[in-house]
Amino acid sequence: MLKYIARRLALLVVVVIGVTLLTFSLMHLAPGDPAEMIAINRYGLENLTGENIEQIRAAEGLHAPVHIQYLRWLRHTVRGDFGYSLVTGAPVREEILLRLPATLKLAFAALLVSLLIAVPAGIISAVKHHSPWDYATMTGALLGVSMPNFWLGLLLMLLFSVILGWFPVCGYGSLRHTILPAVTLGAGMAAITTRLTRSSMLEVLSQDYIIAARSKGLSEKSIICNHALKNSFIPVLTMIGLQLGHLLEGAVIVESIFAWPGIGKLLVDSIFARDFSVIQGCVLLFAVLFVIVNLLVDISYVYLDPRIRYEKES
Amino acid sequence: MDLTAAASGQNLTLQRLKKNKSALAGLVIVLLLLIIALFAPLLAPHHPHEQKLDLALTAPCQEYPFGTDHFGRCIFSRIIFGTRTSLEIGVIVTAISAFTGIVFGLLGGFYSGFVDELIMRVVDIFLAFPGLILALVIAGLLGPGMFNVMFALALVGWMGYTRVVRGAVLAEKEKGFFAAAKALGAGDFYIMYRHLLPNIIAPVIVMATLGIGHAILTAAGLSFLGLGIQPPAPVWGSMLNDGKNYLQAAPQMTIFPGFAIMITVLAFNFLGDGMRDILDPKLKEKRIT
Repeated sequence: MLKYIARRLALLVVVVIGVTLLTFSLMHLAPGDPAEMIAINRYGLENLTGENIEQIRAAEGLHAPVHIQYLRWLRHTVRGDFGYSLVTGAPVREEILLRLPATLKLAFAALLVSLLIAVPAGIISAVKHHSPWDYATMTGALLGVSMPNFWLGLLLMLLFSVILGWFPVCGYGSLRHTILPAVTLGAGMAAITTRLTRSSMLEVLSQDYIIAARSKGLSEKSIICNHALKNSFIPVLTMIGLQLGHLLEGAVIVESIFAWPGIGKLLVDSIFARDFSVIQGCVLLFAVLFVIVNLLVDISYVYLDPRIRYEKES
Repeated sequence: MDLTAAASGQNLTLQRLKKNKSALAGLVIVLLLLIIALFAPLLAPHHPHEQKLDLALTAPCQEYPFGTDHFGRCIFSRIIFGTRTSLEIGVIVTAISAFTGIVFGLLGGFYSGFVDELIMRVVDIFLAFPGLILALVIAGLLGPGMFNVMFALALVGWMGYTRVVRGAVLAEKEKGFFAAAKALGAGDFYIMYRHLLPNIIAPVIVMATLGIGHAILTAAGLSFLGLGIQPPAPVWGSMLNDGKNYLQAAPQMTIFPGFAIMITVLAFNFLGDGMRDILDPKLKEKRIT
């Protein structure tokens, strides 16, 4: 187990270095001279002179070879210094920290919504296998999986904000602001978790020890609650972990729809404003969070299910 | 291959397809979408760019089955032409990512050692980014346009194929025919193309079918955020983006394009899932999502 974790951590270092390299290279995808872009951002197109472009080039160290620029950027980044926003001039770290709680709040609300829907729905579906309830749930889950979240968000907004007027159209703050974004973000995840809970429960219910429990004459309730539930949760738990990463992805879209002031919205706004340092900071944050969550999921998987042995897996 | 064996193999596939209702439904919808895309100019009642400002935001009626948008353009016609763009993006992006993925997977699995290690670490690095976010940033920085969207989507879509192909190659290498081909002195590329590829292609076909749906969905997401193909091109994602501003006055701008996206993605998912069951019945139920 320790050896496995050590190997995963070593790999993590390689991946994170690669991630910084890729993130840094991304900024060079943009056509045009970065010094000129910064100058346009800072002084406006009409005040653009060759002189202030050169000034910025010197100040930002943009005349150095690319690999030197990368190492310099990496040195700052490792220290938690992501540079300054080209638009607001504020430190990128502050901009991100300011927005992070909103994204986390949204992600946890969505997680809560999805679990509240998925776990009971999945269990009942499995216990009442092939019943009308089961078919209805599976149809709902299919819809939830295939519905693009940006469409679902707009439809919910149309029904509950525009037509019924129950919730505000967009914004941030109270519980009423949170419900529609959380449902939009949680729906896809709820659908996947429902399916997984159901199939995992079905598999457990067909095991020998359940048959043994039945033949002992235990009540159905006791079989399901004491024997089946715990064992069927292992795949569900890991799936939830994996979905957390995807919540970040969905957050970009959901935050944009509902004008939710989180990291996702910050990223999209920065792309439009060509605010490179903020884009870099956001992308790096997303990638590192994603990698860490995935690592924790993998480790918890080995921990929860001792039957799994990672020996020569890569 | 023996001709009769091939024929009966095909029959078996057909028989399984007929039994698998959702796969069949997926196939029928995909074929319909292809027909719509091919014959878009004949099927659309209006030109997708034709603007009638005095008829802007008309509710669905006989002349405009899905109503009109804020420029008085026919939503029905725009959705029909949008089918073209969507399928084009889905198919081309998937072809590029599958090809890239297969090549790297074959190389990694075949040569093992350093080459393999290098390729798999690059895969890990790309997988470290949530796909949509990487695509978003690449497309955003490159600037709008069909080519840039495709490039961004292909760049975030090849890793899955590499992993699957590499795994399959490692398994195939253990088999007798591989050693036999080596012993006969066959060249590396000959073995890869002639012996390995046909044996590992089934899961790739399944992945690619699902991949088309996924690429269409992600492309729509980019367009929805305003970072995809630019207006006035009829694209489902940007139609939704426009619809967002007219939810109250013209809900048809939001309802119909989203429905088109969902049906298309659903059809490719059905078809892909069904093909997995057909090509490899053992795998059934293994993948949940």
